[in-house]
Amino acid sequence: MVSLLNPYKFVFATKKPEGNGKWYGVGIDIEKCIGCASCARSCKTENDVLAEPFFFRNWIEQYTITNDGQIKVSSPNGGIDGFTQPVPDDEIYKTFFVPKMCNHCAKSPCTQVCPVGASFESPEGIALVDQNYCIGCGYCVQACPYGCRYIDPRKGVVDKCTLCYHRLEKGLDPACMMACPTGARLYGDLNDKESALSLFVKENNCAVLKPQLNTESKLFYNGLSQEVH
Amino acid sequence: MNKFESLYEALANMDGYIYPNEIVLNWDLLIVMYPYVTGLVAGAFILASLNRVFDIKALRPTYEISLLTALSFMLVATMPLITHLGQPWRFYEMLITPHLTSAMAIFGFVYLWYLMVVLLLEIWFDYRYDMVMWSKQKKGFMKYFYKALTLWISDTSKESRKTDDKLGYFVTVIGIPSAFLLHGYVGFIFGSIKANPWWSTVMMPVIFLFSAMVSGIALVMFIYMVVSYLRKQKMDMKALDTIAKYLFYILILDFTLESLDQIHRIYEADESFDILQILVRGKLFFTFFIMQIGVGTLIPLATLGFLQFKKPRERIRKIIYWAMSVCVLVGIFYMRWNVVIGGQLFSKSFYGFTSYKVDLIGGTDVWLSVLWFIVPFFILAFLLWLLPPWKKHPAEH
Amino acid sequence: MPVQIRRLLIAFAIFIGIMLVLKYYLTPESWREYGPYRGYALTEIAGDEAKYVQMETCSMCHDSIAELKSQGVHETIECEICHGPGYKHADEPEHNRMEIIGDGLFCLRCHEKNMARPENIIKQIDAAEHSEGEECTTCHNPHQPWL
Repeated sequence: MVSLLNPYKFVFATKKPEGNGKWYGVGIDIEKCIGCASCARSCKTENDVLAEPFFFRNWIEQYTITNDGQIKVSSPNGGIDGFTQPVPDDEIYKTFFVPKMCNHCAKSPCTQVCPVGASFESPEGIALVDQNYCIGCGYCVQACPYGCRYIDPRKGVVDKCTLCYHRLEKGLDPACMMACPTGARLYGDLNDKESALSLFVKENNCAVLKPQLNTESKLFYNGLSQEVH
Repeated sequence: MNKFESLYEALANMDGYIYPNEIVLNWDLLIVMYPYVTGLVAGAFILASLNRVFDIKALRPTYEISLLTALSFMLVATMPLITHLGQPWRFYEMLITPHLTSAMAIFGFVYLWYLMVVLLLEIWFDYRYDMVMWSKQKKGFMKYFYKALTLWISDTSKESRKTDDKLGYFVTVIGIPSAFLLHGYVGFIFGSIKANPWWSTVMMPVIFLFSAMVSGIALVMFIYMVVSYLRKQKMDMKALDTIAKYLFYILILDFTLESLDQIHRIYEADESFDILQILVRGKLFFTFFIMQIGVGTLIPLATLGFLQFKKPRERIRKIIYWAMSVCVLVGIFYMRWNVVIGGQLFSKSFYGFTSYKVDLIGGTDVWLSVLWFIVPFFILAFLLWLLPPWKKHPAEH
Repeated sequence: MPVQIRRLLIAFAIFIGIMLVLKYYLTPESWREYGPYRGYALTEIAGDEAKYVQMETCSMCHDSIAELKSQGVHETIECEICHGPGYKHADEPEHNRMEIIGDGLFCLRCHEKNMARPENIIKQIDAAEHSEGEECTTCHNPHQPWL
């Protein structure tokens, strides 16, 4: 009876695959991130993203909380231009880097609102955009709570992180995962309880961004501080 | 590239921190124009239905004008959306493979339903007898044009006119919830975005609907006065007074709903409140307090309210009605602006703002928006020539 | 049935018929193969060329440098982070050369002192104090920095 009344199956376009298919997720360890932006840089190169500072599939943010409680956030060209602290070191209470990217949500609002079905989740749980079908209405860009989508001005369609789907098929790692020098980024199969990602989520106290929106984000942060939005 | 120039400028004017992708405002003036135009359609239709269904006889002189106004704007309603798309030629995909979990996907069907089943049918039933008579009177191309419009029906009997009347009434009754759906879903498109706290509220469809009714009624008042003036005909003051009365009542409802939304937001003061407060007091100060609330709501409320108690001379009333309809039209435009543009000016990180400068010279969105607002008036002029309400044959009922 | 309704029904039937025909012909073939989207899109997206080839491919030819790197603290760092994508070079090594970093202070991208960088994860220096603007490679071998 409950399943008859369950609106989720209709309202949300994504669902976890039955059986033992892969169900990709991402893990980011904030305690290991050094803000070098190799991930942001390599993503732009790998995926042919415009070099201008307005279009990013992933980026790094620097959070600086001063002694008097001010929160300053910056992301100069997504982090690619390097970071400097906005105040002298002795005024800083706390500071850290937060890499951001598509959360590949299990109940993604972006796939829910696409009017033509160009924004979808692959059977493995990767949120993708069909750029040959997208009409460029921008509804998904508005619906994403994490700001990780943009409209590519060259094509007039939406572009976003694909978890380097084209690399996964060839047995390679996503560009950002490969590029991280400290191993702060990892990805893997959430269905496989022995995978590196599953162990990461198990052994750390992980959090997701904006859990109150119930997007069931599959990007798990270790060391996420409450100032991060 | 030229378009990046404005983005670099926005980057320099960035206030606080925004997600890097948020510098670009994707939903620009064209998306402000779309709810404005469909709102005018829904509002004009509701005024027509006040006469037809709720039997407010004083509004009879404006019945056809309301319908034809609604039709003129309806014919243009999709154009702001299509011209805004990144891939406009793919627009048909929404009709062929609509993704049913998306509110935007029903747009194509709601639009077609309202245009064809409600507006066109109602106008057709109202004018069918007249079109048959005109096809008999005219010669040449127009004769066949009117014949085609009547779907080659030449029945002019009393029974057929009674049928027209009954069916027209039936269509209008269906039309009222359809009008609510036509504009309510636009409000739902914004109201269902949980990612954006300025948009995400249960009140959004209701607020959109009532502001649509207000703008539509004001538009019909304005057009009726302009058309009467151009035709050098005496304006039916009773009709104008009645329109103003309903404008006043619905404006009260609209103002109440909007105030309720804001009071609730201020009282609950959730995590988004701080940034939204800065937004409203800062970047939206002129468009929100002065234009939407001041010019668009308080001045018309005070003036029209005063008129309910003491009616000045006809000449002065006409000037007041003309001025107030313009005020309301402008105010509701700014309401759409505040919702659409305002919702994109602040960052979803709640840490900063971007900026939007309307590029009056080079911006294609400005020219297209102005075009899509002006074209319906030309269509209306054509329709008034094709189906003149003042040349209709007298009704038998 | 009144004549109006008969004619209107015909008109609407024609219109709906046209819509259904259009829907049949314009719906993409792979629609609904896996879900409410064009299934062929998965193949299209997967078909893009991979630009970074990753360490294993580099070490197939550059085995001595790979060996050197694997003995130092930079062992987990991908060659292509510093040298750029290698797909063209891996295809035709003679025609497409990899990038050899010209900027001597390139290393500061990671190693510049910043309070947000965790001390236990990476060694950081203040460029002015540490080397007075001299190039990092004067003293450090980038493939094995402590050599």
